[in-house]
Amino acid sequence: MISSLLSRKRPAFLAATLAGCLTAGASLSAQAVDSVHFLIPGGAGGGWDGTARGTGEALSKSGLVDSVSYENMSGGGGGKAIAHLIEVADQAEDTLMVNSTPIVIRSLSKVFPQSFRDLTPVAATIGDFGAFVVAADSKYQSFEQLVADYLDNPRSVGVAGGSARGSMDHLVAAMAFKAAGGDPVRVKYLAYDAGGKAMAGLLSGEAQVLSTGFSEALALAEAGEVRILAMTGDERSAAAPEVPTLKELGYDASFVNWRGFFGAPGLADAKVAEYTEMLEKMYDTPEWETVRSRYGWTEIFKPDAQFVAFLEQQEKEVGELMRELGFLK
Amino acid sequence: MLDGIMTGLTTAVMPFNVMMVVVGCFAGTFIGMLPGLGPISAVALMIPITYGLDPASGIILMAGVYYGAVFGGSTSSILINAPGCASTVASAFDGYPLAQQKQAGKALALAAYSSFTGGTIGALILLFAAPALASVSLSFQSGDYFALMVLGLTAVAAFSGRGQVLKALIMTVFGLMIATVGTDITSGAPRYTFGSIDLIDGISFLLLAMATFALTEVVMTVLKGQHREPEPEMDMKSLGSMKLSREEVKEVAPTIARSSVFGFIVGVLPGAGATIASFLAYGFERNLASAKERLKFGKGALRGLAAPESANNAASTGSFVPLLTLGIPGSGTTAIMLGALIAYGIQPGPRLFVDNPDVFWSVIISMYFGNLVLLILNLPLIPYISRLLVIPRPILIPLILFFSITGVYLVSFNTFDIQMMVFITVAAIFLKLLEFPMAPMLLGFILGGIMEKNLSRALTLSDGSLAFLWERPLTLTIMVLAITMLLLPLFGQLRRRLFAGRGPEVASSEGEG
Repeated sequence: MISSLLSRKRPAFLAATLAGCLTAGASLSAQAVDSVHFLIPGGAGGGWDGTARGTGEALSKSGLVDSVSYENMSGGGGGKAIAHLIEVADQAEDTLMVNSTPIVIRSLSKVFPQSFRDLTPVAATIGDFGAFVVAADSKYQSFEQLVADYLDNPRSVGVAGGSARGSMDHLVAAMAFKAAGGDPVRVKYLAYDAGGKAMAGLLSGEAQVLSTGFSEALALAEAGEVRILAMTGDERSAAAPEVPTLKELGYDASFVNWRGFFGAPGLADAKVAEYTEMLEKMYDTPEWETVRSRYGWTEIFKPDAQFVAFLEQQEKEVGELMRELGFLK
Repeated sequence: MLDGIMTGLTTAVMPFNVMMVVVGCFAGTFIGMLPGLGPISAVALMIPITYGLDPASGIILMAGVYYGAVFGGSTSSILINAPGCASTVASAFDGYPLAQQKQAGKALALAAYSSFTGGTIGALILLFAAPALASVSLSFQSGDYFALMVLGLTAVAAFSGRGQVLKALIMTVFGLMIATVGTDITSGAPRYTFGSIDLIDGISFLLLAMATFALTEVVMTVLKGQHREPEPEMDMKSLGSMKLSREEVKEVAPTIARSSVFGFIVGVLPGAGATIASFLAYGFERNLASAKERLKFGKGALRGLAAPESANNAASTGSFVPLLTLGIPGSGTTAIMLGALIAYGIQPGPRLFVDNPDVFWSVIISMYFGNLVLLILNLPLIPYISRLLVIPRPILIPLILFFSITGVYLVSFNTFDIQMMVFITVAAIFLKLLEFPMAPMLLGFILGGIMEKNLSRALTLSDGSLAFLWERPLTLTIMVLAITMLLLPLFGQLRRRLFAGRGPEVASSEGEG
């Protein structure tokens, strides 16, 4: 199983708090959260849907929450759900909205007027890195060779991605080539409808490299059709220790596509603490492990203030890049 | 390979897996029949169930649900003009007129036979050539897809009767325009969204089809006052009669064979899929038909129903080629199935039929069974299902409204979609009263979106040069075919003029409704 090979990344401080949790563990079921209502900004079957329902499944089966409910509300790239959560904030104490990196990108590009600041960030729970993938028979054996060609002639390197120009796959590629000393504006980005179609574009030979999520890339590499040249984590992943990070190749760029949860604006601190504690405990339950390995998720736990700081940092980095690329004025 | 097939066969005939095929087909057919609820919803509903099964059984069940839903989707297209899913929209073009001509039983039976043949031919090609076909699905680049969509657009003529060509062209352009609403993936800029966040994701094809077909149809019924008329005297015997005459069988057999193979090939391409396949097959069949037969298209031509029905089933089978051999999902439905496979720890790819022969071959073999099951399951039900048409209108109309609207809502969970449906329906009613045909708009919409994206990718790749149109032999071949298709009617006219007076084909037509 690929998924079970994936590392369980977790900040070191967790180990320290673990002791505290264990002592309180006896009364675990007694302090279960009454109910959590998951607000999903997309339709059934998408990434957000899977994250919310998987998390909900682990929480309810492990007894950390008494009752879980879900609500799908798509539209406006997630903007509809954000507006809704703000509107009903008074009665939405038990609501957790799932979201991910696009909330940062889309609020920067003004797809919707709100940003994460209009909500109460609770915690980032799982994440995925970006990866650069070439076909198995590609002439590129290393990311450096690709960079050399890019610096020589940016138009000779077609970068495929499964989302629109200006969204994640494009930005990650621009970020990497910029860190390598190239002009990010000149990235020849080929936008496809979905990751699968971008992969087909790579294998058909029209694109030289595919910019995609690391876990998706791992699955494809497992099948033997592609090679992963580099990934955007801070350190190598235990799941594929042979894949170098951009940083160690000397390109100062890192990126993580997080997924996490937000509460309504003005959510009481006590409530936020309750939720972060609940999510933190979830990681140690066998029910979570079942769900996590099913989806092949990598854990990143950034609760509360840490999450806010992380979001601000990401917004700054991504914002600068988007400005340079001309998406923002 | 033979070892693998044997392993697959033994896995597929295990009583439990046979049961999964039957359960999957039944559930799929049923869900597919509900207007708006298509294979994506049906397969997504199965996910929680499959977690408890072993991989082969789980995928067999999902595959059964998938082609069952494609099979069932045609029922509501034919009977009430409300497509069950995107890939059966084209089946309504001739299927619904047939049902209105009190030939519902025949139409449903023809759809069942066509689907069966399409699915079976697809499964056979899959069985013998799946690993080899992987390269076919990768041979298409953006420029080739663009050419293929141009070829598809030449079928516009297929949707217009004589004197209707201009209106058909206007509606096609209208469809192309609607396809540009939403975020442009090449530039990342929102287009024609009027600042509304609800239009950023564009307009869904199913929504458009439901509004222009199902909703418009029922509202027109009410407007015309037909709902107050006593139920038309439907002769139950002829309504439910499934008999096709020998001449009719002769007429549709080549169509079904052609469309099955054609549909399969289109289905294999990750950038196309079952919906595109059904539209292209319908268009080509019309282009291939003689001038006289052509007039029947859109008014209940048997060939016009057989073509999309065989093509969409063959294409759904074909879409398993990139899914299983490359791990590339060509559609939303196969993307969900890919997720399920990965959740099992099975990575589809070139090594799947070596590493997991039981899964690979048993799924393919189960498709063969599945199609048989679908035929056996559906044929006896046809006389009963056709009776849907004699349900009193005051009951049937609200039911159609209810299912059409909830079907669309359940995909997106966005209330704006319902408002948009109402808006489109009102617009469609005006267009319909002015006798503008709706089908070319859907064709323009479905092909236009894909055509534009591939064109802009091809242009990015060639740095703005149009040379991509003739540089690759594949692109050039398809473009030449498209141009031939466009010029063919001109040759026909020329010939008719030369032989004029020898027996003019006087056929008046008021076009497709």
